[in-house]
Amino acid sequence: MNAAAHPARWRPPPAFFGTRGRQRAAIALALLYVAWSVSTLNIDLNRALAGMTRAVDLFARMFPPDFSRGALLAKGMIESLQMAFAATLAGVILSVPLGIAAARNLAPRPVYLAARGLIVVGRTFHEVIIAIFFVKLFGFGPVAGLLTLAFHSVIFLAKMLAEDIENVRTGPIEAVRATGAGFGQVVVYAVIPQVLTRTVGTAIYRLDANVRHSTVVGIVGAGGIGQTLSASFSRYDYDFAAAILLCIVALVALGEWFSDWVRGKLR
Amino acid sequence: MDARQEDAPGRTGDRPLLEVENLAKVYPGGTRALDGASFVVTRPEVIAIIGTSGAGKSTLIRCINRLVEPTGGRVLLRGTDLVRLGKADLRQARRRIGMIFQEFNLVDRLTVMENVLSGRLGSVGFLASWMRRYPARDVANAFAMLERVGLAGLHDSRADALSGGQRQRVGIGRALMQEPELLLVDEPTASLDPKTARQIMRLIRTLAEERATPALVNIHDVALAQGFADRVIGLKAGKVAFDGPASGLTPAVLTEIYGAEDWSRTIRPEAEEEAAA
Repeated sequence: MNAAAHPARWRPPPAFFGTRGRQRAAIALALLYVAWSVSTLNIDLNRALAGMTRAVDLFARMFPPDFSRGALLAKGMIESLQMAFAATLAGVILSVPLGIAAARNLAPRPVYLAARGLIVVGRTFHEVIIAIFFVKLFGFGPVAGLLTLAFHSVIFLAKMLAEDIENVRTGPIEAVRATGAGFGQVVVYAVIPQVLTRTVGTAIYRLDANVRHSTVVGIVGAGGIGQTLSASFSRYDYDFAAAILLCIVALVALGEWFSDWVRGKLR
Repeated sequence: MDARQEDAPGRTGDRPLLEVENLAKVYPGGTRALDGASFVVTRPEVIAIIGTSGAGKSTLIRCINRLVEPTGGRVLLRGTDLVRLGKADLRQARRRIGMIFQEFNLVDRLTVMENVLSGRLGSVGFLASWMRRYPARDVANAFAMLERVGLAGLHDSRADALSGGQRQRVGIGRALMQEPELLLVDEPTASLDPKTARQIMRLIRTLAEERATPALVNIHDVALAQGFADRVIGLKAGKVAFDGPASGLTPAVLTEIYGAEDWSRTIRPEAEEEAAA
């Protein structure tokens, strides 16, 4: 072997931009854009300082947190939790057929396209927009919040399930089909065992997310602790708002811990 | 329910076990994987299908149970043309054909027992199979089958806890639980070490003989094909280039199937093969 006749220097080719020249041009453009957008931001130092003094005032009025209206607080928290649990349950149940329909390797082409279309449209709108819509339809209160979270959970869980199904090993599916099994049996024997642990993990994650989201949708009037929080802010009851925020932090932390614990068990 | 008794009327007459006529498959991309392959199986025997990668071996056996839809030709299983069957009839026909795979294709997270019992899926209703409520006869047969393939006591192990050879034994058990009239075997030993490969080939051969079930075995290893098959079909570019007894594999035949190469070290006398196994 004659190593001297070969180049001793080698760098990996640029993966995304194709050539080194294009890569350099792209980086230069990105830097120019950052410089330009910073120059147009128009940062007003005086306004920022005024905000700081107001923040100090706000936090001073939040302290000490006022837990005296415990019943109202508890009612809101429990409502939020119930919304989160019910929405997750509905989401899990309804996402199974939608997820199967949206899996390219299981569903016939037209069914797949329809289900994917539904998921794309459903994911277009943020929870808050859906919540406003449901509040208009069903009035203020937890029903609108529950429907919002359930709707989003179905779409999210179905998308995750469809992607998990598309990633299963095809060999077992082929083998089960070869025994003369029908479609339902193929799903129950070759698909579900392969996606079950991931799907349970996703559902637990969604429960955790729904606990967080349930506090947000209340702000537009869809029930739960968020509605209580929004009301306390608009009445300048900052000490009560602080109590609510602390409870939300505790609840979300608890949800996160539970979700981690369950998913740890699943591995 | 016994598939064999149910299908008894179709089995009368003297139709061969399997007739493959001018079978063709053109994949959507335009690849012509099978180009008019024909052969007949008249008695229970182990038939090795050999040929280069891309000669159409895998497509051929998948076209027989229509895991791959053929684009032309006929497949007659005791006189019934499988290519023309509708969905429900195809399921019935698949029950009669057992299949064994290169990658074993077990469902990893299920137990050995569930994998073996899944061979009965074509004969058990959806709810019963979902709830794992198999007929007592199937359960007893499955235990007997596990013992027969050398896995007694492993029924509750998860499939992914087994070694390669053990997994293939589960795959064989699943296929035989169908009480098939025909076995399709796709590269059963390509994922196994040489010793395990010989044990698995011997097991397939013994079980096929015991049950008088013909087996079509895709196989890369010419020495294994020669050692364990009664008959060899050589595929070349989607056509049958050789069809004859395993002893008829001469350097000239191998050159015809695979192209020029020094074949003298590949073809070994029968006695030596047995000793190696």
